[in-house]
Amino acid sequence: MITVRGLHKRFGKLSVLEGIDLEIDSPGIITILGPNGSGKTTLIKCLLGMAIPDKGSLIFNGKDILGEWDYRNEISYMPQIARFPPNLKVIELFNMIKNLRRGGGDDGALIAAFKLEPVLDKKLSTLSGGTAQKVNIVLTFMFDSPVIILDEPTTGLDPVALLRFKKLIWEEKNKGKTILITTHIMSFVEEISDRIVFLLDGNIYFEGTVADIKTQTGENDLESAIATILQ
Amino acid sequence: MLHYATFVFLIVFSTLLVGANKIVVSPSGEYKTVKKAIETAQPGDTVWVENGTYPEYEITVDKPVTIIGEELAIIDAQKRGYIFNITADSVSIIGLTLNNVGVSFTKDYAAIHTHNVSNFWFEGITFNNPFFAFHIERSTNGTIKNNIINGNAVLEHDSGNGIHLWHSSNIEILSNKIFQMRDGIYFEFVKHSKVIGNESKRNVRYGLHFMFSNDDEYKNNVFENNGAGVAVMFSKKIFMRNNTFQLNWGSASYGLLLKEIYDADIRENEFVQNTIGINAEGSNRVSLEKNNFMNNGWAIKFLGGCYGNKFIENNFMHNSFDVSYHGNINGNLFDKNYWSEYVGYDLDKDGIGDVPFRPVKLFSYVVNQTPETIVLLRSLFVDLINFSEKVSPVFTPDNLRDNHPLMRPVK
Amino acid sequence: MIRILKYSFFDLMRGRWSYIYAAFYFILGYALLFLNNDVSKAVITLLNVIISLTPLIGVIFGVMYYYNSRDFTELLLAQPIKRTDIFLGQYLGLSLSLSLSLAAGLGIPFIVYGLFQSPAIFDFLSLLFTGALLTFIFVALGYNIALSFEDKIRGFGLAILTWLFLTIIYDGLFLISMMIFRDYPLDKFALGAAMFNPIDLSRILILLKLDISALLGYTGAVFEKFFGTNLGMTCALGLLSLWVILPVMRIIYKSGRKDF
Repeated sequence: MITVRGLHKRFGKLSVLEGIDLEIDSPGIITILGPNGSGKTTLIKCLLGMAIPDKGSLIFNGKDILGEWDYRNEISYMPQIARFPPNLKVIELFNMIKNLRRGGGDDGALIAAFKLEPVLDKKLSTLSGGTAQKVNIVLTFMFDSPVIILDEPTTGLDPVALLRFKKLIWEEKNKGKTILITTHIMSFVEEISDRIVFLLDGNIYFEGTVADIKTQTGENDLESAIATILQ
Repeated sequence: MLHYATFVFLIVFSTLLVGANKIVVSPSGEYKTVKKAIETAQPGDTVWVENGTYPEYEITVDKPVTIIGEELAIIDAQKRGYIFNITADSVSIIGLTLNNVGVSFTKDYAAIHTHNVSNFWFEGITFNNPFFAFHIERSTNGTIKNNIINGNAVLEHDSGNGIHLWHSSNIEILSNKIFQMRDGIYFEFVKHSKVIGNESKRNVRYGLHFMFSNDDEYKNNVFENNGAGVAVMFSKKIFMRNNTFQLNWGSASYGLLLKEIYDADIRENEFVQNTIGINAEGSNRVSLEKNNFMNNGWAIKFLGGCYGNKFIENNFMHNSFDVSYHGNINGNLFDKNYWSEYVGYDLDKDGIGDVPFRPVKLFSYVVNQTPETIVLLRSLFVDLINFSEKVSPVFTPDNLRDNHPLMRPVK
Repeated sequence: MIRILKYSFFDLMRGRWSYIYAAFYFILGYALLFLNNDVSKAVITLLNVIISLTPLIGVIFGVMYYYNSRDFTELLLAQPIKRTDIFLGQYLGLSLSLSLSLAAGLGIPFIVYGLFQSPAIFDFLSLLFTGALLTFIFVALGYNIALSFEDKIRGFGLAILTWLFLTIIYDGLFLISMMIFRDYPLDKFALGAAMFNPIDLSRILILLKLDISALLGYTGAVFEKFFGTNLGMTCALGLLSLWVILPVMRIIYKSGRKDF
């Protein structure tokens, strides 16, 4: 489904990705881990065509994505921090994104689930951080895309919303989708991951299941396992 | 038209009364040429030219006769010289069409040439391709009225003037239409004459041209799209009133050119969209009142040698430059004019601005020095230097100003 | 692209800036007409305001809109939309909304004061047209600046500098160099130098209407040909269009290669 080969990316003098090879061909939840600045977000942005790779190729469903845009119909992306055009109303934003993407999009159930009805007519600039994140979630999940990419999705969510969000991810997983998540919350990773990709200094340092990493490092919990790798 | 008909009728009727004869010229009649008819005519007779084309030239009129043409009576000189040479007093020519006068570099061939005569009357004549239409020499007390002159002049040196007067006096030039000649109307050594209600357009040089002519008057004329509207040179006491000078465009184009003139009176004229409204050089004691200067490149350009000219109650509106000035103030005066550029205030509400207006801009000085800088007209930078010059004058004459600028245009 | 244009446009039209901008022109137009009661004179004063202010507002809003809508742009970039469409859509949306503010702000007072009965209507319309053209040019320049500089302070600084250079400094240098070399034939230089500055070009476009009598006063075949025929109008319009097209092409080029 997604094939990354020899991906290099540098920003000025800073080399961020130094030859990433990655093959994602089965559904499930893949978490991308790594310390700050290890290239997680850059990898995702390359996948989305937002950053342009210096070297290497990105193949999506058998096609090179460089300069393409149509393949993004198959991907739902939830950015780290969601800031929206301040003068738009929430409902207008939903309608607008629906208008821009192919294939309808069903926001009704999601709006109800995250209790967003009262804010639908408010301007986006007036929303609190948590509410904005809920809007962000609805925007991401209202489309039935085979690939979902979530960049630090749990930031700013209250426990109830977090619970609802996890449920949503399970549901999507059970529909047979591929979900890429970056996060720093290890409990969350342990709970949901089918596979872990650990990035360090622009390289894939480890790839495998949570059990694999524990076995490899001889640690009992994921946090200690990661710490061992970093030492 | 009725007037003209009445006039013709009166002449015919009066000739009958005094027993004068009417000699009819027609292509098929007894008299087949105008020349022949005039030779036969007695003083006081009328020569009646019926419709038709008469290929004739050098017709000498040496006795007081009246020559009247029907509407389509055409004399065609076929470019071979003069048409009428008039050497007698009291000759009238009415309503003919005179075509294709000869062109020469040595002789001033004209459709109608008078020499040393008086009491002539030329009315309702149409001229096509005349070298000169009228050439009036040393003549007095004549009227040139309601004629139409269509020239085809392109260059100054091989074209002639529409109405050319030399050493003449007491001539009235009324309601003629003159197109595309060298000068529409030309006065040299002409005194006590009037030019009223004419249209002079598309002439290669000037619409109206005065040289060494004194005590003349022109009013209610329109001068449009000429090399320059009117040139008044080496003349005294010319009275110019209620004329329109417009659309005279080009590098040496003026509405009115004043050169070496004294004691003229210029009032209630319109100067509209000329490159230069009035170009004054050696102009003295000229009084300009209640004229409108609108949308000209320069409303007035002084080129030096101008003393004691007075500009009072004129309107200066939307000109690119109002005044361009050289040298000292020399007793020239601007007072109580309306300037659309004026931004002062009138606290005492007497209709007169409380701050003087200085019509010469620094940029006008710059353009005089370096003409190409005109492309920067109305640039913000130019406005800035104009403003700084206005605050503290360095290059422009400080005392050239209108101390009583009006708040509203003069009606 | 049309969809992005529409969203940008309506988003901007609802923001307070377009009202403030329109209100400014409304008050300005009203004040000019109230003080003079003369449409022709007001048009001449407006000329100065429009050829210096629309570029300033254009370049500043261009930079500002790019920086302010960065997050939204990123949201759009993750959607199945062509990059070019996003940036061109935003650019056109902004330029159109600024032009509309200009036209509405000035149009209303002038219509109320009897523009349609005035002979100055064509001067006024060409003034509005030029203002709109300048808006499109300078918004594009602003977008280029913002695309090239991540740092907002540098972006705004360069925007102001660009404006200052093209409105005042350029003409100053232009005028001074002509005065220094006044003994040489300058007509080609004078026209050539004006062609490289969009503000000079649009000024000349309006001079062709307001001051043609003065422009024809200079002796010189090149000038006469340029100002006396339709050549001047055609040249100025053509080059002004180039001033829109080239920066827009750079927006397309630059945005296609940028990382977000």
